[in-house]
Amino acid sequence: MTWRVEIDRDVCIGSGMCAGMAPSVFELENERSRAAAEQIDPQEAALDAADSCPALAITLLDEDGEVVGPRP
Amino acid sequence: MTSTDTEPVAYPFNEATSLHLSDRYALIRDQDGLPRVRLPYGEDAWLVTRYADARLVLGDSRFSRAESVRHDEPRQSEGRLTGGLLSMDPPEHARLRTLVAKAFTVRRVEKLRPEIRALAEDLLRDMTEAGPPADLVDDFALPLPVGVICRLLGVPEADRPRFRVWSDNALSTSSLTAEQFEASRNELRAYMAGLIDQHRAHPADDLMTALIEARDDRDRLSELELVDLCVGILVAGHETTASQIPNFLCVLLDHPEQFARLREDPSLVAGAVEELLRFVPLGVGAGQPRYATEDIDVSGTLVRAGDPVLVAIGAANRDALRFDRSGKLDITRTNNSHLGFGHGVHHCLGAPLARVELQEALRALLGMLPGVRLAGDIDWKTAMLVRGPRSMPVRW
Ligand code: HEM
Ligand code: SF4
Repeated sequence: MTWRVEIDRDVCIGSGMCAGMAPSVFELENERSRAAAEQIDPQEAALDAADSCPALAITLLDEDGEVVGPRP
Repeated sequence: MTSTDTEPVAYPFNEATSLHLSDRYALIRDQDGLPRVRLPYGEDAWLVTRYADARLVLGDSRFSRAESVRHDEPRQSEGRLTGGLLSMDPPEHARLRTLVAKAFTVRRVEKLRPEIRALAEDLLRDMTEAGPPADLVDDFALPLPVGVICRLLGVPEADRPRFRVWSDNALSTSSLTAEQFEASRNELRAYMAGLIDQHRAHPADDLMTALIEARDDRDRLSELELVDLCVGILVAGHETTASQIPNFLCVLLDHPEQFARLREDPSLVAGAVEELLRFVPLGVGAGQPRYATEDIDVSGTLVRAGDPVLVAIGAANRDALRFDRSGKLDITRTNNSHLGFGHGVHHCLGAPLARVELQEALRALLGMLPGVRLAGDIDWKTAMLVRGPRSMPVRW
C-alpha cells in the first residue's frame, strides 16, 4: 500500500508547514512546496501536513485514487 | 568562522516608539556569520538577520521550540510564555495544530469576509457619526479583530476590558515580576476554564465547542492544553492585528504617493497588505528562540547543539539578496514571500484570517475615510513585544 501526493503549487502560499511536519514527503523549491517522492508509505505526518495546510493545497490519494487526506 | 567567545551585543535593537528598523541590522546582515546577542533575561543567543538563514532556522526540524522550555531561554521579560503551540515540536505540535487548522484555512476564512467587512464599515460609520477627532485604535483597530476572534472562538465581547489587561500582560516586557506575570496568566487561564465549562453545559456553533468535543469525545488533548490553546488564540488573535492596522496607516501616511495610488485603485489592497506585512518590523526584537538539536552550520557560523538562535523577521524581510529595492515600500511588489507570518511548522495559524481583517480594514478606511490624517501625536505602546500605537488620534 502506498499513497500519492498531489500539491497544487498555484494555491500553495509557501508557508513551509508541510516541509516542517513531514520533511521526507514535502520539500520547498522556489518557495513553494513539492512532493519529495512520487509515492510514499502511508504515514501520520503526511496526513497532519495535509490537514494543516492553510491553503488546502495538499491532497493524499490511495492506490484506488480515493482521497485519504486532508481528513474531513 | 565566528567563534563563540566574541562579546555579545545588547539586544533588542529597535526603539519601541516608531516603526523604524534599527540600522544595526543592515550592518550585521552584511557581515559574515552570525553575531551573539544578550537579551535582558536568559542565556546569550545567535542572531539571524538574512532571509535565507531565517527560512532555514524556522523551517528545519533540527531547530526546536520545545527545547526552549528546558533552557533559560533568551527573552525580553522576566516572566515567560510557555505552553501552547509555540512551545511544541512535531509530532506533538501537529496533534494540537491539526485540531484548529481547519477553522483557519483560506477557504473557511473567506466565508467570514462579508461579516468582517460589515463590522469594519459599522465601526467607521459610528466614528464618522460621532465626528472627528477619533482614536483609530480604540474605535477601530482593536474592536475589529476582537469582535472577529470573540465570535469565532465563542468569547463574550463584553469581557474585552478584562481580557485586554491579561492579554497586554502576556505580551508585556515591562516591570512585571515573574510572580505578577504568572498571576496574570493564571487569571486568564481561570477565566478561559470558566468559559469552557459554560460551553460544555451549553454547546454553541463555535471553535471552543469544537475543541471541547475533540477533548471529551476523542481525547485528543488534555484540559490544560485545551485552555492554553483557547488562551493562545484569543491573545494572538487580536493584539497583532490591532497593532498592524494603525501601523499600516502610519506607513501609508508616510508614503503619500503610494497611499494615493491605493485610493485610486482599491484592487491593489491585497498586494499592499502583503507589502506592508513585509515592510513593517512589528517586533521590538526577535522572540521565540529556536534551539539547535545538533551542530548546524548557518552562514558560516557553527551553531552547536543546545544553542539558541533568534530570527529577526523584520530584518530578513528587508534583505536585498531576496527583495529588490528592499528598503522601499512598493505596494505593487510581486513574488513577495515575506516572513511576516513566520515560516515552517509555526507559520501563523491566523494568517488567512489576519489577511482578510487587514484587507477589509484598509478597504473600509480608503472608501469611507479617504482623507484620513493624524490629528495629534501618536502615543506608542512601550514595554510590549509588539510595536504599534496605543492611541492614534485621527481626523478626516
Ligand atoms: C497581522 C496579524 C498577525 C501577525 C503579523 C502574526 C504573526 C505571527 C508570527 C510571525 C508567528 C510565528 C511565530 C514564531 O514562529 O515564532 C505567528 C504564530 C501564531 N499566530 Fe499569528 N499573527 C497575526 C495574527 C494572528 C491571528 C489573527 C491569529 C488567530 C488565530 C494568530 C494566531 C497565531 C498562533 C496560534 C500562532 C502559533 C502557531 C504555532 O505555533 O503553530 N495570529 N503569528
Ligand atoms: S503547507 Fe500548504 S501552503 Fe504551506 S508550503 Fe505546504 S503546501 Fe504550501
